[in-house]
Amino acid sequence: MSFPLLTATAALPAVGAIATAAVPAAKRTAAKWLALLFSLATLVLAITVLVRFDPDGDRYQLTESHAWIADFGVRYELGVDGIAVALIALTALLIPFIVLAGWHDADPLETGSRRWRPTQGFFALILAVEAMVILSFEATDVFLFYIFFEAMLIPLYFLIGGFGDRAHEHGEQAAATQRSYAAVKFLLYNLAGGLIMLAAVIGLYVVAGNFSLTEIAEARASGELDMATSTERWLFLGFFFAFAVKAPLWPLHTWLPNAMQESTAPVAVLITAVVDKVGTFAMLRFCLQLFPEASKWATPVVLVLAVISIIYGALLAVGQRDIKRLIAYASISHFGFIIMGIFAMTSQGQSGATLYMVNHGISTAVLMLIAGFLISRRGSRLIADYGGVQKVAPVLAGTFLIGGLATLSLPGLAPFVSEFLVLVGTFTRYPVIGIVATLGIVLAALYTLVLYQRTMTGPVKPEVSAMPDLRVREIAVVAPLVVLLVFLGVYPKPVTDVVNPAVKQTMLDVDQKDPKPEVEAAK
Amino acid sequence: MSTTAVHSLWTTAAAAADPITKIDTPKIEYGQLAPTLIVVGAAVLGVLVEAFVPRKSRYHVQMFVSLVALAAAFAAVVALAAGDYGTTKAGIAAMGAIAVDGPALFLQGTVLLTALVGLFTFAERRLDPEAHGNRVDSFAAQAASVPGSDSEKKAVKAGFTTTEVFPLLLFAVAGMLVFPAANDLLTLFVALEVFSLPLYLLCALARRKRLMSQEAAVKYFLLGAFASAFTLFGIALLYGYAGSMSYATIARVVDGTVQDVTPALANTMGNDALLLVGAALLVMGLLFKVGAVPFHMWTPDVYQGAPTPVTGFMAAATKVAAFGALLRVLYVVLPGLRWDWRPVMWAVAIVTMLGGAIVAITQTDIKRLLAYSSIAHAGFILAGVIAATPSGVSSVLFYLAAYSFVTIGAFAVVTLVRDAGGEATHLSKWAGLGRRSPLVAAVFAVFLLAFAGIPLTSGFAGKFAVFKAAAEGGAVPLVVIGVLSSAIAAFFYIRVIVLMFFSEPRPEGPTVAVPSPLTMTAIGVGVAVTVVLGVAPQYFLELAGDAGVFVR
Repeated sequence: MSFPLLTATAALPAVGAIATAAVPAAKRTAAKWLALLFSLATLVLAITVLVRFDPDGDRYQLTESHAWIADFGVRYELGVDGIAVALIALTALLIPFIVLAGWHDADPLETGSRRWRPTQGFFALILAVEAMVILSFEATDVFLFYIFFEAMLIPLYFLIGGFGDRAHEHGEQAAATQRSYAAVKFLLYNLAGGLIMLAAVIGLYVVAGNFSLTEIAEARASGELDMATSTERWLFLGFFFAFAVKAPLWPLHTWLPNAMQESTAPVAVLITAVVDKVGTFAMLRFCLQLFPEASKWATPVVLVLAVISIIYGALLAVGQRDIKRLIAYASISHFGFIIMGIFAMTSQGQSGATLYMVNHGISTAVLMLIAGFLISRRGSRLIADYGGVQKVAPVLAGTFLIGGLATLSLPGLAPFVSEFLVLVGTFTRYPVIGIVATLGIVLAALYTLVLYQRTMTGPVKPEVSAMPDLRVREIAVVAPLVVLLVFLGVYPKPVTDVVNPAVKQTMLDVDQKDPKPEVEAAK
Repeated sequence: MSTTAVHSLWTTAAAAADPITKIDTPKIEYGQLAPTLIVVGAAVLGVLVEAFVPRKSRYHVQMFVSLVALAAAFAAVVALAAGDYGTTKAGIAAMGAIAVDGPALFLQGTVLLTALVGLFTFAERRLDPEAHGNRVDSFAAQAASVPGSDSEKKAVKAGFTTTEVFPLLLFAVAGMLVFPAANDLLTLFVALEVFSLPLYLLCALARRKRLMSQEAAVKYFLLGAFASAFTLFGIALLYGYAGSMSYATIARVVDGTVQDVTPALANTMGNDALLLVGAALLVMGLLFKVGAVPFHMWTPDVYQGAPTPVTGFMAAATKVAAFGALLRVLYVVLPGLRWDWRPVMWAVAIVTMLGGAIVAITQTDIKRLLAYSSIAHAGFILAGVIAATPSGVSSVLFYLAAYSFVTIGAFAVVTLVRDAGGEATHLSKWAGLGRRSPLVAAVFAVFLLAFAGIPLTSGFAGKFAVFKAAAEGGAVPLVVIGVLSSAIAAFFYIRVIVLMFFSEPRPEGPTVAVPSPLTMTAIGVGVAVTVVLGVAPQYFLELAGDAGVFVR
């Protein structure tokens, strides 16, 4: 038997989580280094997966399959396609930066009980989330996926509720109240989505008799497994609801601004850049593959919701007074783009959407982490409390600008490529939707530039005049990500090469061909 | 052995002119009844210990007797199961009174293990501060002394302890062993009373908050007596309908395969009104013990008032035994009536799931909250009962096993959190517990997550099993309502976690008592079972799957 590379990639951060949690209370710094070490080791494994993966090979590679719970028809089945590989790489790439960025976020203010170890807990929880996210990208068994899709909520819940920004305009008690509100809202939304999906998962079992993605998809394609139209639609809705909450899609998005606003910047990055991708990824992998007919049936509604997300998110971002909330609404707008790309049912749209997931992960990470550095310096999240930062902290302002420009999809930076692909892919099939969605880009320019202008330019406010520029640790976090943004903006081929075959396969699943260009069709 | 033998035992024996020559010696399968016999024997021995052993050493002797008895009984169950008495050799024992089959052995094993863990929490003597130099447990110094009276003070000063709880526990366990195995209605009723009466007494024995405890016991007793009366009335009507107490005979009369009318019952036999009313009353009595809405009113008061070790044991073991009996009655006695009982049980399951989950949201006392949560869980289990398939039976068995260990563990944690007035059960006092005692709070969080059915805990595996069985049995709407009420239920479990971890500790908040290894074992077993059944449930699912067939 070959080395179980996929299991190892997921197991390593899990082991890291346990090891970090076990570090004694006094050795906080050791815990941090241990967490960083494990996240880097996971990155090495993820890169190995990327290298071992052959884009032109079988659909699912590096597969593992073991009996698990035979009574439920559940197997421990792992396998990655191009989309999963790209997202695993993104996850493994971002976690070390998240760990590094959150280096001091969980230092205890006052010593509580002798055994109270918030720092160890913080890093252990981050690694636990990483393990579960990676497993849910790898799982090709619906039940196995569901387990980690649900279970990852618990560590995230503690991350949101237990750790927040130090400074708060209404004092520590109010901050704790709002944090726990945000955490509970996050959990209830996602748990409700997950439980509805549970009903659909059970329904799928009753119809199909097992949970294997490949087996069910094959049986469906060969006509062996005949699903009544109404059954398929109900099951699709059950799955889609959970993913739409996670993604999040308007009108199920309201937990995200709270969660991002109240959690520390690294955790906010973990949520939007990594965890939410599981939702969009699962739409591609599960909704489209298991329920192709129902997916086509739902397309018009989903596209309209996606466009509403794009415009609504962008409009609300324009009106925010809180930096983190602004970024949250911008993310909602971007998730609209991703979902639109997936459901446009064209190969440009879907590979654009996958690329978008990767690029959005990186660009949000840059923007949010720098915003976090900024907020920790001034002790306020309000845009109005800043001004003229670029004069005192030019590096901070400069990188913040790059993150912002990436968010508004400036050509030359990575998100431009994906946004362009998504729009083209949508336009060829649904021109009106494509045109309306383009408005989102205009609004993106507005909210990003206004944010930059109000915080970084203008006269230097007295409170920020003594603000230190980025420290070495912070530069180490931001610089590689900025380089990556530029690199993928100029040369996105490494990612598209990995992703494209998988997208073609998904298009085959839903039995869709790209519309022919007008000129060719006219011949 | 004829299936009507029991009936004839009761009716012809009295009428016979010369009973000595006409009655055959009853044949008793001692081996197959060993688990029950061991526990009953030990309970009787416990009474003798109370009478003859000096007060000082009673605690240790009682503890030893109970421990050995429960362990031996469990060993007997395992031996029977290993000897295929659950599958191929399953049969009727004790002149038709007891069924020894897969479900019976599985549930007996579960009850015994639960009781064993419960025994540890009963025996815990390090939580309360010592009174006058004597270690004390959770039970009143002297049950007969009036709360607050001089005699109570004297009893406390003399260092009395109510070691009677051990035989009482054993008697209750004996009843619970027979209850799910009963194969005729009289045995069922006797078992019901045998396990209920000791529980009524145990509820009244709290050391702290004795008035509340006694009130709880009276409520439990009164409502329980009503339920027993309903059950008895139902049994009488069913006898009138079928002319027999035996499960199998009644089932055949319901099916219409047996038509021999007993002359004395010629007017009533075969009257469907008797059957329907009788079955309804009988099931009502069982639903009372299960704690299903609308027969749940006793649950919160009794759970709150009873000494917490008793609550934990009662919540876990009673549910196991009562669901076992309910399964057997519905699957063995009334399968012919399925089209009549299923709609009713649908309604009961729905209101139980929703009612338990919704009312739990407003609770402010941790024991009451767990009581309502147990009601919601009864609803989930009923969803599996309704499936009316072998996979329904095995899913219920698995759920019961998973649930009982979570429950007993959770109540054991409740006994640890204390302030000057004893256990601090008001939720506001639990604020910030995660800061003071991260380990205890984390363990309790694990139990709460299992209650909420989060994946990788036993609660999820159980919930998935019953919902899967229900969906396969065609009860899809029930599954949808089930997941919706799980979402509601998740809210209040999460609320407690929020309180423990994200709230600031109160300055005069409760402290966590350091328990003896007894309670630690109880909690440790609870956590271990919760995690193992959540991560690797396959072996236990197989066990429950093999035990899914009732002998008729």
